[in-house]
Amino acid sequence: MKNKRLDLSYSQMKWETIFKQILKIMSVLILVLVAGILITLIVESMPSIKSLGIKFLWGKVWDPVQNIYGAYPFLVGTLLTSFIALIISIPFSYAISIYLGEYNPKGWLSNLLKNTIELIAAVPSIIYGFWGLFVLVPLIRTFEMKIGVAPYGIGVFTSSLVLAVMIIPYAASLGISLIRMVPSPLKEGAYALGATHFEVIRSVIMPYTRSGLFAGVLLSLGRALGETMAVTMLIGNTSAVANTIKDAIFGPGNTMASVIANEFTEADHTVYLSALIELGLVLFFVTVIINLIGKRIITKFTNY
Amino acid sequence: MEHTVVSATNFNAWFGDNHVVKDVTIGIEKNQVIAVMGPSGCGKTTFLRCINRMHELIPGATAKGSLKLYDDEVYTMNPIYVRYKIGMVFQRPNPFPNLSIYDNVIAGYKLNGLKVPKAELDNIVQKSLTSAALWNEVKDSLHKKGTFLSGGQQQRLCIARAIAMEPEVILFDEPTSALDPISTSSVEQLFHELKTNYTLIIVTHNMQQAARVSDKTAFFYLGELVEFDNTKQMFTAPSDVRTQNYITGRFS
Repeated sequence: MKNKRLDLSYSQMKWETIFKQILKIMSVLILVLVAGILITLIVESMPSIKSLGIKFLWGKVWDPVQNIYGAYPFLVGTLLTSFIALIISIPFSYAISIYLGEYNPKGWLSNLLKNTIELIAAVPSIIYGFWGLFVLVPLIRTFEMKIGVAPYGIGVFTSSLVLAVMIIPYAASLGISLIRMVPSPLKEGAYALGATHFEVIRSVIMPYTRSGLFAGVLLSLGRALGETMAVTMLIGNTSAVANTIKDAIFGPGNTMASVIANEFTEADHTVYLSALIELGLVLFFVTVIINLIGKRIITKFTNY
Repeated sequence: MEHTVVSATNFNAWFGDNHVVKDVTIGIEKNQVIAVMGPSGCGKTTFLRCINRMHELIPGATAKGSLKLYDDEVYTMNPIYVRYKIGMVFQRPNPFPNLSIYDNVIAGYKLNGLKVPKAELDNIVQKSLTSAALWNEVKDSLHKKGTFLSGGQQQRLCIARAIAMEPEVILFDEPTSALDPISTSSVEQLFHELKTNYTLIIVTHNMQQAARVSDKTAFFYLGELVEFDNTKQMFTAPSDVRTQNYITGRFS
């Protein structure tokens, strides 16, 4: 009897090749797109790079009227908001990871919590901005009056608080999966030696997942660095460099992303526009590097 | 019976509604090697894990009945203390990957934050590794990671880790099923030496192993303890037809 499956027609074979090619083209297209974005950023930054040079990076004054551009206030603003946000979010994401990864990995409460935390990442950032303006700003203003700094309400600290909430899911959901992946023979080995639950977490789960949890934190840092809308709404948008640490934290500021969002439509001459785009280029590199480091650590960790 | 170390009376265990250990009554004497055998799913591993209260770590797992270590009821003792007194070695070698060989041996002390002087720890490490027949192989690389050892060495490291706590009883859950034949025979040889100081309870799938290493054998079938007798007696003239069928290979 003749086997029909062996009798592949020429058109069937051709379709196999075409299908594979379509998949390949679509995947490569994305690569081309990202490369295109990078090239556009570089080309459009050229006027600014030519007229301002490398000192653009640490120039402290940003004054479009006099055509002076320095990225320093925004670099500081970006790093400051992101790191404060990170410091606030780390205890939460670690606590959530350990609770949902180890103490309560199954059941409706666990699922509800995990889904809600993942939902945090899905809420549009403009909604966080609104919430921050209407709820957080008045609270912060009261708080600032109590500790004796200028009660702006808006500012670096307020943005960091909202950012902290926004980035929790990135570190937490990775952390939950990693902690659930710790091999149970290892945990049982520790229990069998008389370890308590806390001791198992401290001495078995934490060392085993440490680098992975750190990578999750880096990923959430990458997210914080680039966040635009909520920060723009809350940071106060001033390009002046603060004089004291207190002012830098509680006073208004600007990040690279927020200054681009705010001033892009006002940029009325070539160098101004180009300087903004160069800020974008710097931001691009900073986030890409942070993400690459995070990914590398995760790969290293999963091969372990 | 003289010197009964572990005794169970009408002991039962469940996973949710699934009754896996049924009315087991057994008395285990000091310094003996007990083999626990039976087909897959007969409850032998569950029974073993009940002895040091590892069973209850699984959500939904429950146990009922009397289980004693000497005269103390295991289920009213602090589980941490139970696990100090009753050590355990698992199916797959599970040394802690982040710890050195040295630290793996004293992991029990480190985990619990027990403060022991360095000289004493050195002594414990040497003694435990010697008892586990591993000292000569690793004495020059004590501070290397335990996971660099071969499978058989890792398993002996896990045995050393259990010995370091100076337990009364050591439970073995199919300790050689992940090992090659040479490592298996080195672990089996160890059983003979360990029984001078400890009581060993070994769950095994391998009947030849049970016959080789044990003084007494318990045969579990469908959650019941069918027969518990001297190993020689059991393998030559079992008193229950189910044991007979199992030993002669009519089912497995």
